[in-house]
Amino acid sequence: MNLSIIKITFTFRELIQIAASGVMIFGIGLMILGGFQILENKLLLIQNAFAYSSVGFIIYWLSSYWGKPAGIKNDGVWFKAVSSRKWIAWLLAIVLTSFYCILYWFPEYLGYNEKGNTGFVAFFDPLSYYLKNKAASQWFVYGVLYTWAILLFGIKFIIKYRHSRYQILRTLSVMFFQTAFAFIIPEFLQRMNLPYHDYKNIWPLNYYFFDGWHLDEMLMNGKIGYWMLMSGILMILIGSPILTFLFGKRWYCSWICGCGGLAETAGDAFRQLSDKSVKAWKLERIIIYSILLFVIAMTGGVIYTYITGELYLLGISTDKIRSIYGFAIGATFSGVIGVGFYPLLGSRVWCRFGCPMAAILGIQQRFFSRFRITTNGGQCISCGNCSSYCEMGIDVRSYAQNGKNIVRASCVGCGICAAVCPRGVLKLENGTIDLFNRVENPYLKNPPTTNS
Amino acid sequence: MELTQRKIGKKGMEQIVIVGNGVAGITAARWLRKLGDAKIYVISSESAYFFSRTALMYVYMGHMLWKDIEPYPRDFYSKNRIDLLHTKVQSIDFQSKIVLTEGNKPLAYDRLILATGSKSKSFDFPGNHLKGISSFYYKQDLEHLNQISDSIKHAVIVGGGLIGIELAEMFCSRNIPVTMLVRETDYWAHVLPEDEARMISRHIQDHKIDLQLETRLQAVMGDETGRVNKIITDKGAEINCNFVALAIGVVPNIDIVQNTHLECDHGILVNEYLETNIEHVYAIGDCAQLRDPILGRKATETAWYIAKAMGKTLAHHICQQPTAYQQVLWYNSAKLLDIEYQVYGQVPAQIKYPLNSLHLELPNGRQSIRITYDHDTKVVKGFLLMGFRFRQDVCERWILNKTVLENVVSYIRLAFFEPEFYKGFARRYMKKFNIEFGKSAYLKTRGSFDSVLKFFKRSKKKESDESEHN
Repeated sequence: MNLSIIKITFTFRELIQIAASGVMIFGIGLMILGGFQILENKLLLIQNAFAYSSVGFIIYWLSSYWGKPAGIKNDGVWFKAVSSRKWIAWLLAIVLTSFYCILYWFPEYLGYNEKGNTGFVAFFDPLSYYLKNKAASQWFVYGVLYTWAILLFGIKFIIKYRHSRYQILRTLSVMFFQTAFAFIIPEFLQRMNLPYHDYKNIWPLNYYFFDGWHLDEMLMNGKIGYWMLMSGILMILIGSPILTFLFGKRWYCSWICGCGGLAETAGDAFRQLSDKSVKAWKLERIIIYSILLFVIAMTGGVIYTYITGELYLLGISTDKIRSIYGFAIGATFSGVIGVGFYPLLGSRVWCRFGCPMAAILGIQQRFFSRFRITTNGGQCISCGNCSSYCEMGIDVRSYAQNGKNIVRASCVGCGICAAVCPRGVLKLENGTIDLFNRVENPYLKNPPTTNS
Repeated sequence: MELTQRKIGKKGMEQIVIVGNGVAGITAARWLRKLGDAKIYVISSESAYFFSRTALMYVYMGHMLWKDIEPYPRDFYSKNRIDLLHTKVQSIDFQSKIVLTEGNKPLAYDRLILATGSKSKSFDFPGNHLKGISSFYYKQDLEHLNQISDSIKHAVIVGGGLIGIELAEMFCSRNIPVTMLVRETDYWAHVLPEDEARMISRHIQDHKIDLQLETRLQAVMGDETGRVNKIITDKGAEINCNFVALAIGVVPNIDIVQNTHLECDHGILVNEYLETNIEHVYAIGDCAQLRDPILGRKATETAWYIAKAMGKTLAHHICQQPTAYQQVLWYNSAKLLDIEYQVYGQVPAQIKYPLNSLHLELPNGRQSIRITYDHDTKVVKGFLLMGFRFRQDVCERWILNKTVLENVVSYIRLAFFEPEFYKGFARRYMKKFNIEFGKSAYLKTRGSFDSVLKFFKRSKKKESDESEHN
């Protein structure tokens, strides 16, 4: 069916997409109006704003993929301005980085005020009262928007990759952990006057876990506080190494983690922008391991201060170090650059170059894990889809075309390389027998053919 | 005429010239460098750097940029002392061992490797001089198509093979309506067995492609500007279109050696060492034609993997002891729109005695498996998978070890190469086997990666036991 409007012909699909975009923009408009405090009846307003924009978003993507056979949908990725670093990408990057700067350092411009919110933060008050009987903070606003983004883009991702159960389950998992563990449970804890606690946010990603105030907060809350402390430490020392041994770091990075969750869902359109050069790989190793050393030293320092009461270790103020890390890494790197630069540098900049948790899991994955990506015989045609769509900037093809398995510290096991491969060459695999010989599979050393 | 000086640096330093920078030529160059210290030149008129020809379509569809389909970073060649010459070979003087490139620049060689690849087949039909008729093989074809793409209102593809379906997918990605003319009763019916060919025909139609089977191109008509505006099929139907893509196959690209002493048939004739009739002149890849192909195999096999294997074998032959190229077990794979295709061993389009097959198509109509076996001995001969990935090494090991069908079906999960949490068909296939053969065999493995490794350990042990026994 075709309809002509002022000499431009639209297909039926495009008309629905336009209508859906309209509904979505209407919802976002309500949100902005709410931010300016123009309309009354706030509860109804926020409900409508989220309902319209969500429904519009979902209809838009449903109609985009409706009636098309399931399969890889990367047509025109490098033609669209949003996914090829053209003007929309730059605009989006500016909007996102500005939002993060305001959120972190100037929340009053969002309307945050301890004595009574105004503006955009006040718009979220009704929801905040409903959940925890308190006024919203800028972090509550951020949490809602973050969770909302993972849920909506997660639905889009599932529609897009509906032919792959691995992708569907993985996405449902990040959607669940974000909604339950990062959002609902912490809000209810606060409602019950217990400290905010995100169980899945493990040290060193959660860099303040061993800070004095945080330890105090947990220790002063009886059994549940002890449980938070103990479960956190047990996860670091036992849970995480075992899971990484069994499945590689993907159990965390692309199944549970909130940063990873946003990158996999909202960041999916930008995964091809990661830098695959050897230079970038070198830079990655220098930066990420420096940050890991820094966070370990910093944590040692704050624990020393907590135990001894000494504010200085080797003449350096542990508090000062802590605040430098919080500003430079915790806020600027992971937020402003990590998410704000999605449209320019790809979706996993933070995970690849910055995250100390990813660094620890990566070291273990490289040397002591069953996980690897295997190459299927000699079938690689060097097309480059795997490398292009690797969000971590791994040159997957350079391994695959030589018949080698991929065992890399940075691999988050998203499985997209295997999904986009047009020849079925790659598979994510866990095996114990060849634990220390994963790069060269023993059976590939004397292959039945000489073709690889 | 000024001759490029042979460098006589180290003793015995040879100058090897490779014509063609495709996968055959570059694989040869790479292995020549790994194994030896010769001076290596690679000449190509098509592109400055090696690229993956099979990935040209992804550049057109916007999945990747040009630099993404170059398998090696550009400094790879200088690092490995491989000199790339982006120029055209005009002629070759086999007597004085000189390659003449554009502008009559001579390049001397001690050994010459011809890896000139294929070119698109063409045929005579009324109107074949018109503008808007093109094939799709070279980088230049992609550039041309990119230029005129916006003006294409309707495209007709002539030919039902791999390039034909690639072109259909490419046009679909840019919302250009497509008609596909296929000579056979189904898509690729001279390669795929009937069920599989029919599945792909259905799948093509699911993509809203107008698939016209058992139809040939009769004539192409043009408008007053000399551009295509319609075609006429052999059934008399007229189809309005302004672009016609010819995808009726490829032939070895041997123009530069025509009318020389080099022995050619449809390709350059080579023995099992990939040597031509002229000493120190070799041919590999699509342009080579084996004098003695093994029974049931073609003399020229145009596949990426074959070219790669030939390049590697030849480099070993030149640098180390004489190494013959062996046509090892046939395998190939492709992606037909959204359905992946894999084949290992013998699976002909017509499965006749002594070959037989056990075929299962899943209800979704997009996935199937076929295992061929010897009717009398029940030894497995080949695998054909549609929409399902199998592990090449396991399939090959089964075929080479002459495994019987019952064992293969009971251990079928060892071969599954699908992403985790896949929905398999092992139970159904087992059931089908039991019904067909009146047996009550059962599945013996869940197919974890460890069990795959164990399988290889076992079969290796078996091999070494047998060789000790002998």
